[in-house]
Amino acid sequence: MSDVAGSYWRSGVLDPQGPVGAAQNTILLNATTIMLAVVIPVILLTLGFAWWFRHSNARARYMPDWSYSGRIELIVWSIPALVVLFLGGIAWVGSHDLDPGKQIASNAAPLNVQVVSLDWKWLFIYPDLGVASVNSIVVPAGVPIRFQLTSATVMNSFFVPQLGSQIYTMEGMTTRLNLLADKPGKYPGLSAQFSGEGFSDMRFVVEAMPQQAFDQWTADTRAAGGNLDKASYMQLARPSSAVASSTFGQVEQNLFNDIVNSNNPVSGMSPAGHHSAPSISDGT
Amino acid sequence: MLGKLSWAAIPFDQPIPMIASLMVILTMLAVLLLVTWKGWWPYLWSEWITSVDHKRIGVMYILLALVMLVRGFTDAIMMRSQLALAAGGAQGYLPPEHYNQIFSAHGTIMIFFVAMTFMVGLMNFVVPLQLGIRDVAFPVLNSVSFWLTAAGVLLVNMSLVIGEFARTGWLVYPPLSELAYSPGVGVDYYLWALQISGAGTLLSGINLTTTILKLRAPGMGYMRMPIFCWTALASNLLIVAAFPILTATFAMLLLDRYLGFHFFTNEAGGNAMMYINLIWAWGHPEVYILILPAFGVFSEVIATFSGKSLFGYRSMVIATMAICVLSFMVWLHHFFTMGAGADINGFFGIMTMIIAVPTGVKVFNWLFTLYGGRLRFDAPVYWALGFMVTFVVGGMTGVLLAIPPADFVLHNSLFLVAHFHNVIIGGVLFGAFAGYTFWFPKAFGFKLDERIGKAIFWCWFIGFYLAFMPLYVLGLMGATRRMQHYDVAGWQPLMLVALVGAIVILTGIVLTGVQLVVSIRTRDQRRDLTGDPWDGRTLEWSTPSPPPAWNYAVLPSVDGLDAYWEAKKSPKSRLQNDPEPETISVPRNSPIGFVLAFFAVMAGFALIWHIWWMAIAGLIGALMTILAHAWRVSDEVEYIVESEASRAAI
Repeated sequence: MSDVAGSYWRSGVLDPQGPVGAAQNTILLNATTIMLAVVIPVILLTLGFAWWFRHSNARARYMPDWSYSGRIELIVWSIPALVVLFLGGIAWVGSHDLDPGKQIASNAAPLNVQVVSLDWKWLFIYPDLGVASVNSIVVPAGVPIRFQLTSATVMNSFFVPQLGSQIYTMEGMTTRLNLLADKPGKYPGLSAQFSGEGFSDMRFVVEAMPQQAFDQWTADTRAAGGNLDKASYMQLARPSSAVASSTFGQVEQNLFNDIVNSNNPVSGMSPAGHHSAPSISDGT
Repeated sequence: MLGKLSWAAIPFDQPIPMIASLMVILTMLAVLLLVTWKGWWPYLWSEWITSVDHKRIGVMYILLALVMLVRGFTDAIMMRSQLALAAGGAQGYLPPEHYNQIFSAHGTIMIFFVAMTFMVGLMNFVVPLQLGIRDVAFPVLNSVSFWLTAAGVLLVNMSLVIGEFARTGWLVYPPLSELAYSPGVGVDYYLWALQISGAGTLLSGINLTTTILKLRAPGMGYMRMPIFCWTALASNLLIVAAFPILTATFAMLLLDRYLGFHFFTNEAGGNAMMYINLIWAWGHPEVYILILPAFGVFSEVIATFSGKSLFGYRSMVIATMAICVLSFMVWLHHFFTMGAGADINGFFGIMTMIIAVPTGVKVFNWLFTLYGGRLRFDAPVYWALGFMVTFVVGGMTGVLLAIPPADFVLHNSLFLVAHFHNVIIGGVLFGAFAGYTFWFPKAFGFKLDERIGKAIFWCWFIGFYLAFMPLYVLGLMGATRRMQHYDVAGWQPLMLVALVGAIVILTGIVLTGVQLVVSIRTRDQRRDLTGDPWDGRTLEWSTPSPPPAWNYAVLPSVDGLDAYWEAKKSPKSRLQNDPEPETISVPRNSPIGFVLAFFAVMAGFALIWHIWWMAIAGLIGALMTILAHAWRVSDEVEYIVESEASRAAI
């Protein structure tokens, strides 16, 4: 994977490769700039006041009883209040614009990908295409990806730093995430929530490619065979770490929903409600 | 007979824990031997172990915190060196099962047994003195609190030798911490150690809250209380309100693990999200439990060394209490990435930012306290200025993390790790050391060595920036926390810088020991006979150093803020109006705390290893101890105070 992350700056959140990451990058930079406008003067004033009002400086005015000024009080409450008012607006608007569950506006029809975190690897199911992969996702560039996520084990967090938002995966529940990769490329992903011994190797690669190449990949994957049914899933779900990426040319229908519901007799607990999986159009 | 306990529990096959635990055991044996050899047991027993004097208990808390700082820091430097090595396919020298215990222990120890213990120690020592009273409201309970904390410490350290510690992170999130995924005793060590010490903390919180609300020197209304007492009040109110949540949450996890309940399991309708909400309903107030007293220390230090009243005392009080209340309304920002939805995330993001307002006000008020002062650059001032510069950076990254969409890319990354070390080291720890240096002469009657004190500050200050600024950058590069190795070789140079930072901090920790030894050896030259070495403002400086067991023979009468400063200025105003009494009641020593802690350790250890007969014996022992105390015959011992002579005699 080190070829992906060759230049290390290139793998981070400061090098966004999609609209979600780009918007978050803007928020980060704007908010930091706004706050630095207060923080830097405060640091300089601290050092400046401390130096000027040092004990040995006879020129500094000593005002032992000066401990109140209504005007200054007003200013010191106002400055942080104004900053927070402004940043609060950013937070509220940003929370809604960049809600992980919100679909990304695009001319292209979104691609559904179902994500299952296992001990200690990632399973990606393409319900509409009937294929699946482990520890790597191939997606068409410029097409919104609609993720549904769950865990077959402890909590994990699905995160591709360059594409933006992460989201927890939790057993018996479905979380939602929408991402888009602008350009073809390989973007490293990881679990950002500690999940036990094999956690450090819960890494994967998102490979974005042009639509045509993606269609070719789908066809190749189907041709390469491998069937992900209940039995082979149970095999896959056994704990293992540092697993090489692999694909399945065929996936049992409703597997994702079965995984979500397998340990959850009380249905309707899912925070996202219980949506049925998107219909499978091309099951082969 | 011995439950799950067998020889297999001792990690003979793992050299690192074996060597570490051998060293711990040898050090403890050496100390015990020395104490026995020198015949110090009677002195230790009567003057310290059974003491119910809030000053002695405060000192023991701080000593315990310093010892645990060494333990917690050992974990830290192991983590830093592991990550400096384990780059680009290398695995380093700590396998995951060991590394995972180390970071879990590091967080647990540093929060509960260093930061928390240090702050409780400072409050214990200072608050009654500042309030102008003789002791806390419930002196024996105070001793119980301390010894229960010590019992928790002992259990956590036993896990090093016998068995294992949790491998789950410092907040043991289920389902990972459930029996299905953590079948070993590690999580049980964590839970029982913190249940026992948490009970101690809660009792201490009740004690100090009662003390501040009910026992103040004559004339000391709320708005005449020193600002440190206000922050202590806020902190202890938070303890009283938040710690029961922790106890209840851990109790539910214990029921899951011991009796097959399903509060937080994956199966049978359990819901781990509930745990995560509950643990942070405690966890976020906990942050302010730690930082508020530190704010109080800085307020005292900056005002004292500027020779000037604190600017905007009223504002400070309002800000403190606002933080106290608001800290309960922000817990969800610890898991914006759980998918709660835009409205909820937005609400908690804004609530979190609102806390930055009173905090910002505090920073400005310190700034204007400096203005117009005559600042003496003694060691506590270094800590205070270092704090002001460092903390605003940590506050800024904190507000960044409070913006939900920004948090989506920063959550759980090394950026987050850098942020909370920025505020906990730059805030809490700097505050602890400022307070330690500031009040040390009050406790022992001589000052700590200034030069070494400043060197310690520079080690921590520079070490902090070297160790954690790279982590901010690494977090932005996509490095996550708790990884035992990483593929991206390009991260290694920054990891090495972070290791260098940790080594600089190590130097500071070593120097703390050196400073103590040097200062004790040269104590005759650094004696403070006035009781007021820093030209202090509050009542604790009006009594001799170290203060007598009863603090004040006559309770001072207070007619304003900065009572002692005012009294020093005008010879007419006097702190004491009444003649000294002939006798003063001081509570008798009590072994209850120590005995109770002994049974608590016994019961805790037995429960961890499923040795049921021993658990029952421990619980019965504890109950009998409490009953024996409840039916005690007499409580108080009397000291005879001979007016003038009493001061000289101490």
